[in-house]
Amino acid sequence: MPAPIRLRELIRTIRTARTQAEEREMIQKECAAIRSSFREEDNTYRCRNVAKLLYMHMLGYPAHFGQLECLKLIASQKFTDKRIGYLGAMLLLDERQDVHLLMTNCIKNDLNHSTQYVQGLALCTLGCMGSSEMCRDLAGEVEKLLKTSNSYLRKKAALCAVHVIRKVPELMEMFLPATKNLLNEKNHGVLHTSVVLLTEMCERSPDMLAHFRKNEKLVPQLVRILKNLIMSGYSPEHDVSGISDPFLQVRILRLLRILGRNDDDSSEAMNDILAQVATNTETSKNVGNAILYETVLTIMDIKSESGLRVLAINILGRFLLNNDKNIRYVALTSLLKTVQTDHNAVQRHRSTIVDCLKDLDVSIKRRAMELSFALVNGNNIRGMMKELLYFLDSCEPEFKADCASGIFLAAEKYAPSKRWHIDTIMRVLTTAGSYVRDDAVPNLIQLITNSVEMHAYTVQRLYKAILGDYSQQPLVQVAAWCIGEYGDLLVSGQCEEEEPIQVTEDEVLDILESVLISNMSTSVTRGYALTAIMKLSTRFSCTVNRIKKVVSIYGSSIDVELQQRAVEYNALFKKYDHMRSALLERMPVMEKVTTNGPTDIVQTNGETEPAPLETKPPPSGPQPASQANDLLDLLGGNDITPIIPTVPTSKPASAGGELLDLLGDLNLTGAPPSAPASVPQLSQPPFLLDGLSSQPLFNDIASGIPSITAYSKNGLKIEFTFERSNTNPSVTVITIQASNSTELDMTDFVFQAAVPKTFQLQLLSPSSSIVPAFNTGTITQVIKVLNPQKQQLRMRIKLTYNHKGSAMQDLAEVNNFPPQSWQ
Amino acid sequence: MRFMLLFSRQGKLRLQKWYLAMSDKERKKMVRELMQVVLARKPKMCSFLEWRDLKVVYKRYASLYFCCAIEGQDNELITLELIHRYVELLDKYFGSVCELDIIFNFEKAYFILDEFLMGGDVQDTSKKSVLKAIEQADLLQEDGKERNVQ
Repeated sequence: MPAPIRLRELIRTIRTARTQAEEREMIQKECAAIRSSFREEDNTYRCRNVAKLLYMHMLGYPAHFGQLECLKLIASQKFTDKRIGYLGAMLLLDERQDVHLLMTNCIKNDLNHSTQYVQGLALCTLGCMGSSEMCRDLAGEVEKLLKTSNSYLRKKAALCAVHVIRKVPELMEMFLPATKNLLNEKNHGVLHTSVVLLTEMCERSPDMLAHFRKNEKLVPQLVRILKNLIMSGYSPEHDVSGISDPFLQVRILRLLRILGRNDDDSSEAMNDILAQVATNTETSKNVGNAILYETVLTIMDIKSESGLRVLAINILGRFLLNNDKNIRYVALTSLLKTVQTDHNAVQRHRSTIVDCLKDLDVSIKRRAMELSFALVNGNNIRGMMKELLYFLDSCEPEFKADCASGIFLAAEKYAPSKRWHIDTIMRVLTTAGSYVRDDAVPNLIQLITNSVEMHAYTVQRLYKAILGDYSQQPLVQVAAWCIGEYGDLLVSGQCEEEEPIQVTEDEVLDILESVLISNMSTSVTRGYALTAIMKLSTRFSCTVNRIKKVVSIYGSSIDVELQQRAVEYNALFKKYDHMRSALLERMPVMEKVTTNGPTDIVQTNGETEPAPLETKPPPSGPQPASQANDLLDLLGGNDITPIIPTVPTSKPASAGGELLDLLGDLNLTGAPPSAPASVPQLSQPPFLLDGLSSQPLFNDIASGIPSITAYSKNGLKIEFTFERSNTNPSVTVITIQASNSTELDMTDFVFQAAVPKTFQLQLLSPSSSIVPAFNTGTITQVIKVLNPQKQQLRMRIKLTYNHKGSAMQDLAEVNNFPPQSWQ
Repeated sequence: MRFMLLFSRQGKLRLQKWYLAMSDKERKKMVRELMQVVLARKPKMCSFLEWRDLKVVYKRYASLYFCCAIEGQDNELITLELIHRYVELLDKYFGSVCELDIIFNFEKAYFILDEFLMGGDVQDTSKKSVLKAIEQADLLQEDGKERNVQ
């Protein structure tokens, strides 16, 4: 049999193939030749054949029949064979195949080989792809090599140990003695890998961490090494652009971070060196900035003094001005992490951050957007909103939904006036109307309803907006609703805020009918339009007949929802005309006491406000136990008051079903029983309604309240961040952020909360109901808690969502509220 | 580091080093996806992107993309330096390295990488030291004899 062709020749031949088919043919031919060669147990050419196989494997062709051959190569005495054999093992074998265990003995032998390069191969293979079983078997050998004086082997053994520990954490203890003198080495390779090993151990085990802090006095050692690196002269071997061994510097800084975290003594011991690195590192090249970046991360994570923190933030600020976009990106990411704890310092760089919104790079824009939203507060709302609205106009579609939601949230929290708030909403609806999330519509409607003096202005602006273009569904829905409610103000030209327009009743009906007919309108939008038309029958005087006609036409619509509505409205005209004006009365101002999840609102009979609380008996006894919901049960009958939504308005009763389910015996036909009677001051609107007040509730004082992870399970993580109101010390505003690290989205996400009796809770609408996978986005929702008795905050939360095709539900208690959030 | 990929502008894989266990099928899928994402990037964009739950650092050298997937706490900027160091090692070894060198000598590219990194971390921060080790190992291969070298 002729000698198998050489590797390079094969590569050359395959590259001449002009089509995929031609290539495949060549490959198949060669594979056949290789297979027969393997069958003949040819030792001489095995190495060559496996190498060729590896090449073909890289091209994407199957190579599993070479696995055993790799093992034979590893067992060979020739260095060439071993080299290719181990490479083949790393590429073709993995721990899923039982075959890999056969390697264990070979590796064991090679770990004790007389030639260090063979030992190196074995360590490398074990350290890259060793399975837990292999690691268990060979850990002893690795530990031995960790103590050798041969620095070539020692550095490799250290990294191999890292892999062993990752695979079998219980084995960490056995490597401890060997780490004693690792940092006394002069060899940079050993130093570097030792730091990596120590980092791995400290990260994994709090006991180890404590041990290294106290007993081994690791921090002073590391500080010493770092200092030598910085102070020592030029060392050509480890120099990168004038900086001495940046890789080692970065790893040391990272280990210092872990050691200094939550530990005052350690943090103090490293303070000086951090300041030194931060001020002396050359910033003209990427390598210097890499070190500065790691330094900043360390400073922010340990208990550093404020001067150092300000230094760190300023470094980030300078990064933001760097021409290199990589540096800018890294700065924005870091600032996002620190904005909660060092809010004031980050605020100083606000204008630079806002400029980054105009960057060409998508990743930078996203970071800048997230950071901008985090920096919005009562003082800068006007200026920031201008920038954010401009951004919304010009950004890529993938950002628009998040940006719109963020703007709504910020506007709701910090709106300086109702007019401004309405204008902002209008601007978002008109520029990004089709990207606004569906569940924002009911929230906007509620806001508009509550701004009583702005009704005429609002309806006029909305009318003008859809006159030209009624394709953006959320905009059209809000507009239709408003026109239905306030159409009378529109035609009577009562607007005070701007020049009233002249509109006739027919013109209004024209536009609503166009919406009904348009094929751009969704079924939901049509529903809004039809109801609006119907409501106008009590608000308009001359066009009632026209309205009757329209309504009767839709009595035979194919769309079942429309048909049902039309039929009911028809009946209203015909048989129940005496009730029509009462039923279609203007909606009352909605009490925003509490809402659960997205504000899908429930139909009521247009009754005004919650019934006077005097009628409700004081809750001396336990709540009606028979229909207590999950939340109540767990919080203990006496302790907790149910969270009950009050009045609200128009939309699908299906949502009401949901609310009913949750709250047991909620009576909706009459005046609903509302907020807990135990707090008599509720006869006037509770403090929590100040969402739309003209006075900003929050100023620029850094909250400094640490955020908490309230819930973390099954890939769902919910974080709470806190702000205290300076006008009302009993109010705490909690912003929750829900994120999802699994690989599938969580949909229909609903967050509910209950608090003990002495508290009041107000839940605003969430930004959306989908938690995207892979942490690519979050749902944010604001909770306002009133705590007049300054009691310790406790909360029960209930989460429901759909994930991987099944409905999930969980209950949890949140007890780790930081004292600053309620004291 | 979780893995490193080298691929050409036409989407041909030239090297793949995985530091985590995964089936061949999954690997192929990830490679395909990631290549698409990286190749779609415009020249002026930054070298970092988020993909799945990983951070990806990539840099283009002539016709080859060097792509590393790192974890949340890893330093992106130093990863760029790491990539550059590997390119320098290849350059020194092959003498003005180009894509063809890596195509025809892929196994050597792997040997150099395995002398520089292990388990995703840097073994030796000295260029000289890494190159010397490779040189010695090559000699061993040539001689076909075993020598004890310290």
